[in-house]
Amino acid sequence: MKTAIIIFPGSNCDQETEKFLYECTGVRPMMVWHKEAVLPDADLYVLPGGFSYGDNLRAGAISAHSPILKAIKRAADEGRQILGICNGFQILCEAGLLPGTLLPNKSQNFICKPVKIESQGGHNYTIPIAHKEGNYYSPSIVNVAFTYTEDINGSMGNIAGVYNNQLNVLGMMPHPERAFESFHCSQDGITIFKTLFNLHK
Amino acid sequence: MLTLSEKQTIRTNLGRLPNPTEMHVFEASFSEHCSYKSSKHWLKQLYTTGEHVLHGPGENAGVVDIGDNEKIVFKCESHNHPSFIEPYQGAATGVGGIMRDIFTMGARPICNLNSLHFGMPHNSRHIIDGVVKGISDYGNCVGVPTVSSKCYFANTYTENPLVNAMSVGYTNKEIFTSVPHKKGVVVYVGAKTGRDGIGGAIMASEEFTEGEKKHPTVQVGDPFQEKLLIEASLELFETGTVIAAQDMGAAGILSSTSEVALKGNYGIEIDLAKVPLRAAGMEPWEILLSESQERMIFVLDEDKAEKQNVYKIFEKWDLDCFILGRLTDTNNFVVTVKDETVCDIPLKVLEAPELIRATEDRSEKRKQYFFPPQIIADFDVREIWEQYDSQVMGNTIKSFEDVAIVRLPNSPKAIAMITVANPYYCNYNPQLGVKLVIHHCHAMLNAVGSIPLAITNCLNFGNPENPEIMWEFTETIEGMKEVCKELKFPVVSGNVSFYNETDGVSIFPTPVIGAVGLIENYKT
Repeated sequence: MKTAIIIFPGSNCDQETEKFLYECTGVRPMMVWHKEAVLPDADLYVLPGGFSYGDNLRAGAISAHSPILKAIKRAADEGRQILGICNGFQILCEAGLLPGTLLPNKSQNFICKPVKIESQGGHNYTIPIAHKEGNYYSPSIVNVAFTYTEDINGSMGNIAGVYNNQLNVLGMMPHPERAFESFHCSQDGITIFKTLFNLHK
Repeated sequence: MLTLSEKQTIRTNLGRLPNPTEMHVFEASFSEHCSYKSSKHWLKQLYTTGEHVLHGPGENAGVVDIGDNEKIVFKCESHNHPSFIEPYQGAATGVGGIMRDIFTMGARPICNLNSLHFGMPHNSRHIIDGVVKGISDYGNCVGVPTVSSKCYFANTYTENPLVNAMSVGYTNKEIFTSVPHKKGVVVYVGAKTGRDGIGGAIMASEEFTEGEKKHPTVQVGDPFQEKLLIEASLELFETGTVIAAQDMGAAGILSSTSEVALKGNYGIEIDLAKVPLRAAGMEPWEILLSESQERMIFVLDEDKAEKQNVYKIFEKWDLDCFILGRLTDTNNFVVTVKDETVCDIPLKVLEAPELIRATEDRSEKRKQYFFPPQIIADFDVREIWEQYDSQVMGNTIKSFEDVAIVRLPNSPKAIAMITVANPYYCNYNPQLGVKLVIHHCHAMLNAVGSIPLAITNCLNFGNPENPEIMWEFTETIEGMKEVCKELKFPVVSGNVSFYNETDGVSIFPTPVIGAVGLIENYKT
């Protein structure tokens, strides 16, 4: 499986996401700068976590207008798979590739801790979150991918991740790339990734 | 403010009266914060060498060799005065400043720690909340994990909170210093210059008095600019065009340019007309003294830089970058605005003379004051820790325990880090107190299976013009000197913060020690 990571100014989870994708797929991901207009050929495009443009204006609002986003939209229309993690999720919502929006946490504070999430298939995982705007809201019905097992940040229906209508674009607040090494809080990141993209042998 | 004898010294050494711009330059350069005039004499006595030490105090940060061409760069710095005036920005810019000290040496910051001293939660809530949010917003956005935060509460800190931030960096490439070994062009990079933080160094060299308004002296931080500056700087170091690098900290352009020239034994000429400004109508002295954040200077090899067009790196990261001036052979600090010279001073005259201040032994009196720390029942420090991103970069092994452990990027090695303070013992007996603190660091690093490497210190004290405070300080230095030698635990970097005093009431002597140990082969 070929993957590519899109780097925005202020992305800061790109290095560990690179390690994580290599661990999961066995292929080194390509790194793509946001000013590029054309995407390299890949099966999965990942928008990593961080604070692109310092979260100025709104988290993800400025990155949603980066040149690369036009190419990402085309790739999504062609049915390519796209994954946004944390700030990547916020960018995808701002760009209209995913429904809804991410509001500030109800505590108004940044939260960094491992939490329990549940997938639609009923599997439970332990995985870290680290965000200040992770309180998901959508006025319409969405395709839920993951929910927190308790109220963490005020998210509607405890939503932690959603799909688009075609199920090829996924956004999630938890960080699978922070749950794969022996000293991490769990290694569930790998299980989640392999399940999502059918990489189990 | 300059004292009468300092004014006389300046006049004698200069051979004339300084012009108004030069007066501002002297006032900042001679401030305690920039000159370390009260502490320099004592700091020289510390134990600062050892087989691992590559660069000790005097550089932007200390550098320790951990073998295999890998180096650990670290330093602890205080941002106490600004954090009391404006807790959020004061603490945020403290974190920004210490990280710049690290990547200025060519190393990527890999984790941050902090040691915070507040008044009791019930009457210091706005300071606690502001400081924690400032650190959290800045560190999280830059993407460097905060892995340790020690919080202490005591009445002595109600009017003088202490915000001490430590940053640790790693590199397996070349280390760069602020000492130019040859001449070159002086390049200004980073954010624009505004009126924020003007006089910050002077403010931090005076005690507080009731009702004063000092807001304009606090800088304003922008972590996004810092993140861009880290990436751009690390790219620039790779090009092999950098001769020296220096962060713009206290007294901004003035300190950074004059220090670099002085260290290399050169003169320097800079032209302020080129500096991009955030505010209209700034005077030359304001531009020189502005402490606007996220700026630094590089001394570059002019021909090589031109040939490789390294300036396009800053274009890519949308940062300002231009040639501010160049090093010269004159040994003078020359500032022009277009063709007009506004300042021309021999660099040697800019160095404030060392002071050996009077001390007075008050050990007998102190014994009455010993009271043990109180337990605070209604405050959960976990609510602070949760606000720091401790996991970004994916290398954090242990965070928010007594000792933090972080794996080095792409290496089997890990480093263990701890910050310790014990103001109660240090107040009771400054010399024994600091020994206890350093032994604590050493023992805890051993306890997690690491080899203790070196320490950094933040020495927080009251007004050094008070002989009793000066006594606390010299006793602390004495204790530190002895115990570091005994343990072979050198001091590689640090900072002194005097004047932590409001309306004549001083804080407890609070030396904060940050220590780093090496775990050769980390296995879980």
